[in-house]
Amino acid sequence: MDVMPKWADVLLVPVISLILAMVISALVILGIGEDPWAALKLMVQGSFGSTYGWGYTLFYATNFIFTGLAFAVASHAAMFNIGAEGQATLGGLGVALVCLALPWPHWTLALPAAMAGGALFGAAWAFLPAWLAAKRGSHIVITTIMFNFIGAAVLNYMLVNAMRPEGSMDPASAKFPDGTNLPTLHEMLAVVGIPFAKSAPANVALLIALLACFLVWLLLWRTRFGFELRAYGKSESGAIYAGISPTKIIIVAMLISGGLSGLMAVNNVMGEAERLVLNSVEGAGFIGIAVALMGRNHPLGILISAILFGFLYQGGAELALWTTIPRELIVVIQGLVILFTGALDNMVRMPIERLFLWRRRSRQTAGE
Amino acid sequence: MDFATLIQILDSSLRLATPLLLACLAGLFSERSGIFDIGLEAKMLISAFFSAAFAYTTGSVWLGLLAGILASMVFAGIHGLASITFRGNQLISGVALNFLASGMTVLIAQDWFQQGGRTPSLIGRARFEGIELPFAIGPSDAEAAGRPLSELLAEAGPLQLFYSELVSGHSVLVYVALLAVPASWWVLFRTRFGLRLRAVGENPAAVDTAGISVIGLRYSAMVIVGLLCGLAGAYLATGLQAGFVKDMTAGRGYIALAALIFAKWRPWHALGACLLFGLLQALALRTDVVEALFRFKLPVQFLDSLPYILTVVILAGFVGKAIPPRAGGEPYVKER
Amino acid sequence: MKDLAEAAGQSSGAPPAIELRGISKAFGPVQANKDISLSVARGAIHGIIGENGAGKSTLMSILFGFYKADKGEILINGAQTEIPDSQAAIAAGIGMVFQHFKLVENFTVLENVVLGAEEGALLRTTMSKARAHLTKIAEDYEMNVDPDAKIEEIGVGQQQRVEILKSLYRNAEILILDEPTGVLTPAEADHLFRILRGLRDEGKTIILITHKLREIMEVTDTVSVMRRGEMTATVRTAETSPEALAELMVGRKVLLRVDKKPATPGATVLKVDNLRVVDDDKVERLKGVSFEVRAGEILGIAGVAGNGQSELLEVLGGMMAGTGLVEINGQSIDLTGKRSNGRSRRKRGIAHVPEDRQREGLIMDFTAWENMVFGYQWDPGHNNGWLMDNAGIRAETAGKMERFDVRPPDPHLAAKNFSGGNQQKIVLAREIERNPDLLLVGQPTRGVDIGAIEFIHQRIVDLRDAGKAILLVSVELDEIMGLSDRIAVMFDGRIMGERLPGETSEGELGLLMAGVTNAQEAG
Repeated sequence: MDVMPKWADVLLVPVISLILAMVISALVILGIGEDPWAALKLMVQGSFGSTYGWGYTLFYATNFIFTGLAFAVASHAAMFNIGAEGQATLGGLGVALVCLALPWPHWTLALPAAMAGGALFGAAWAFLPAWLAAKRGSHIVITTIMFNFIGAAVLNYMLVNAMRPEGSMDPASAKFPDGTNLPTLHEMLAVVGIPFAKSAPANVALLIALLACFLVWLLLWRTRFGFELRAYGKSESGAIYAGISPTKIIIVAMLISGGLSGLMAVNNVMGEAERLVLNSVEGAGFIGIAVALMGRNHPLGILISAILFGFLYQGGAELALWTTIPRELIVVIQGLVILFTGALDNMVRMPIERLFLWRRRSRQTAGE
Repeated sequence: MDFATLIQILDSSLRLATPLLLACLAGLFSERSGIFDIGLEAKMLISAFFSAAFAYTTGSVWLGLLAGILASMVFAGIHGLASITFRGNQLISGVALNFLASGMTVLIAQDWFQQGGRTPSLIGRARFEGIELPFAIGPSDAEAAGRPLSELLAEAGPLQLFYSELVSGHSVLVYVALLAVPASWWVLFRTRFGLRLRAVGENPAAVDTAGISVIGLRYSAMVIVGLLCGLAGAYLATGLQAGFVKDMTAGRGYIALAALIFAKWRPWHALGACLLFGLLQALALRTDVVEALFRFKLPVQFLDSLPYILTVVILAGFVGKAIPPRAGGEPYVKER
Repeated sequence: MKDLAEAAGQSSGAPPAIELRGISKAFGPVQANKDISLSVARGAIHGIIGENGAGKSTLMSILFGFYKADKGEILINGAQTEIPDSQAAIAAGIGMVFQHFKLVENFTVLENVVLGAEEGALLRTTMSKARAHLTKIAEDYEMNVDPDAKIEEIGVGQQQRVEILKSLYRNAEILILDEPTGVLTPAEADHLFRILRGLRDEGKTIILITHKLREIMEVTDTVSVMRRGEMTATVRTAETSPEALAELMVGRKVLLRVDKKPATPGATVLKVDNLRVVDDDKVERLKGVSFEVRAGEILGIAGVAGNGQSELLEVLGGMMAGTGLVEINGQSIDLTGKRSNGRSRRKRGIAHVPEDRQREGLIMDFTAWENMVFGYQWDPGHNNGWLMDNAGIRAETAGKMERFDVRPPDPHLAAKNFSGGNQQKIVLAREIERNPDLLLVGQPTRGVDIGAIEFIHQRIVDLRDAGKAILLVSVELDEIMGLSDRIAVMFDGRIMGERLPGETSEGELGLLMAGVTNAQEAG
């Protein structure tokens, strides 16, 4: 039986968890001798106070939308895909190979090809863990963790031994040709006459991320495959009864998940760095887990929490710039958010459930 | 490859295997009790920092070790709270703690020492030094003879070399880690506690109806995890290296997890798996030897990722089947 | 309370082994036990009978310290006893054999028996003593088991013995058994009853929880009846009858016979010949099964749970692979190929009401309207091209819920929020309204309240009268006898024989269910 109304489950519980995480974060800031209130103001100012801040916040949010959606799609199929990090790494390789393959004349041509490259490489990196889970019963969590490390090694090898331009000591690819440079928000908004900071990295990939949100929603809640995917995720025995193939669901869900992770590279590799460097994903794959958890695995929730994490990232960078608080504060806050919204969910949920039950009881007795 | 080089590589394998082994045994106790722990990394890291910080501040490596173990236990306690008391998702808890440890250590280190998120280098009694076993050629012999140690070793016979360099001369934690293997085996398979612990990882309902506290057993496993990961982290910062640097565990928690699967959750096999993975790490540091051995240039990245590749092969079930404890990862809820 | 004390046989003045006073327990909004009082004399076998969900298991779980009662007190041998956990229950001399055994599968029998009752911190000394002790108990009560066998390697009957031995090893004076015969053949059940009588004669007190009247009549001294969380009566078994108990259980006269006209069977719809199934553990579950079901008739498959009936339904429903011949309307069905699944079966006109509606028939977190197309989501009628026609499905669901009297008739409510009977009606509505040629139906009324049982039986008979073929699997012999036009009995993966309901008896079917083939002569 549902004890709580839906709004409490979707809104109240995550918000309270978030507040708890924030309170602890404030205590941490106090602990290192800084003023949490001033830090918060600086973070808000730095991430939302200017179009420059917005440009960075949205740039980070774009990354997190892709990895958050990736985690959510797999999660609906009861697959704990912890491998978005590796899949996004390989996605970066795919994007880079596409961008460097041809002297692209214009970004409108390069973008679809790069998207295909990124998604394909990301999906390919998810395929083997998916196949092993479906056919050999291997634990997807462990295999995807292992593939994160193997992926990092592959990228390392490619950058050091294959893609490094002649004479360069830097483990990075050559710069992409100009024809692959994506329009930034500055350039796009200038067309309609809205001024936007020129140096901020947010770019057209943001629109692709928003489109991905819509398409994932459509896929999960409006298509037959989505119906089957969610049914399998809730009950494997039920799926078999209904004639839904577990193998197909596991593999396709993981391919979509890996593909979404790989698409992230369009934003960070093609849109920002414009070349491939080591560790370009910077943990965004793991943050996707937090984003999806907070967003309750729903695209709208993921969009909102991705922006929140974008704020954390940009605000944290500003903090590191203007105060003595190291950038690692973001990592701490991130850990606390995952801990409270994910692992300690019941700590918040159980008292609230009891509250609702008590209210229902007292109403019933009043009614009698 | 000559004998001396072989001994050198094995020596370095043993050192590199030690933190893996301690963390792997920690994971063994945790998973045998039914709690998945992908946060071994977090506990090692937090212990590495606190042991280095306290060792530096107090000048005593033993106080540092104690602080490291305590910090690791606090993290194990949080994982227990999330996964035992509040029946949360154990994987998510592990992910969260990994982040928390990675950020907290740098944050505190910066606040404490202002050296860019690291501790100052440890010297003298703030570090674990090698123990010279009787009859072994060690630094004290070199001092007495007034000659460099390497020269003395070069003159020694193979047996003496083997004994002096491979068996003797390690820090106490290396020997502790090696002793932890039979100890773990004994506890798991020869004591009442071990019987109950193995039972709770297979079927907690059986334990509960037998009148034993599932929660109590799982928390005691968490204490052991905290202790062993604490030792592993302390060894990293005060034995293997001289001080804490950011993210110094470098994925060792995950390699330990891989070794645990490789060992199919058995203590003696864990020793074998960790020594193998330690050897791979040692070889990755000596690519010249690998090249000479295979007459072929193996990419160092391949050696780095070999433990992960091997684990995937094991998980695929092509080389024997790895069956984890049956109740692993599932929070225990009494059935109605 | 006077009757109760008398019934419990308290003439000697000795306090009862167990006395419960005013026990109440609620789970969230559900009141599982309401003000229950009970008294059981020492050295008696006391039965507690009631329908599924009547609150029997909850009450016993309270007695074993699994749950804490909201109100009420427990007296053991006249002394008030707090039982906050299982340890306290064991210390008070209570042992419990759960319906689902609580054994560690990859431990040996001995390790399972010793677990929690070890003598010292080291196993070496404990184990040798325990082995001797266990061997003695096993001999005393004629319960032979190999102490070094692993649980996963022995049969269910043996596993149950291990559970009983576990309690006796802990010196239990009071033994509670929850639905112990569900997994046993009649012969194994008889053996169990012999053991229980032996234990009673040694002075042990036994509480037997069951929903089977036959067992109560056969083995108990006194019996209590539970209904909807309340204890409605406690009587001496010798002074009551199955009919009287049945009435007490359901609260009114039960229609033991389903109201139906004689069948008029038509052409053969389902033909099964030499069907074999080997499961994932390489165990042969069906060993050459052959039968036919014709249009307009109900073939009932009787048998003790675990004799291949589930596998029969699953292989016919496309949930597992098999070998042999299966024909539907004269056309053979692929049993092993990649396309042998639930979907291909549905396309061939086979509808399937599975045995376990919560794990298979429904997605509990899905809404009623989503569940109403579950298994048929591919049907073009539910889709507009790429997208599902959710609005259309919702409208259709409202109609089906009304026709099948699903309460509350809210298509947006999640399946888990309906009662067992209403969940089953959703499954039936979905499967029957597809107008299938063949309906496979397993345990149609398991965990369903009495009112819904009649409704469900009537719908199945209506479908038969509409000229459809029905294959019914049930472990409830009454249901098989009442609904079927022909009865086939399964034992150990084989069909032991076919009987007509009018020309057989429960006794004869019982022998067939136990694998006795010369039932003709025996009966």
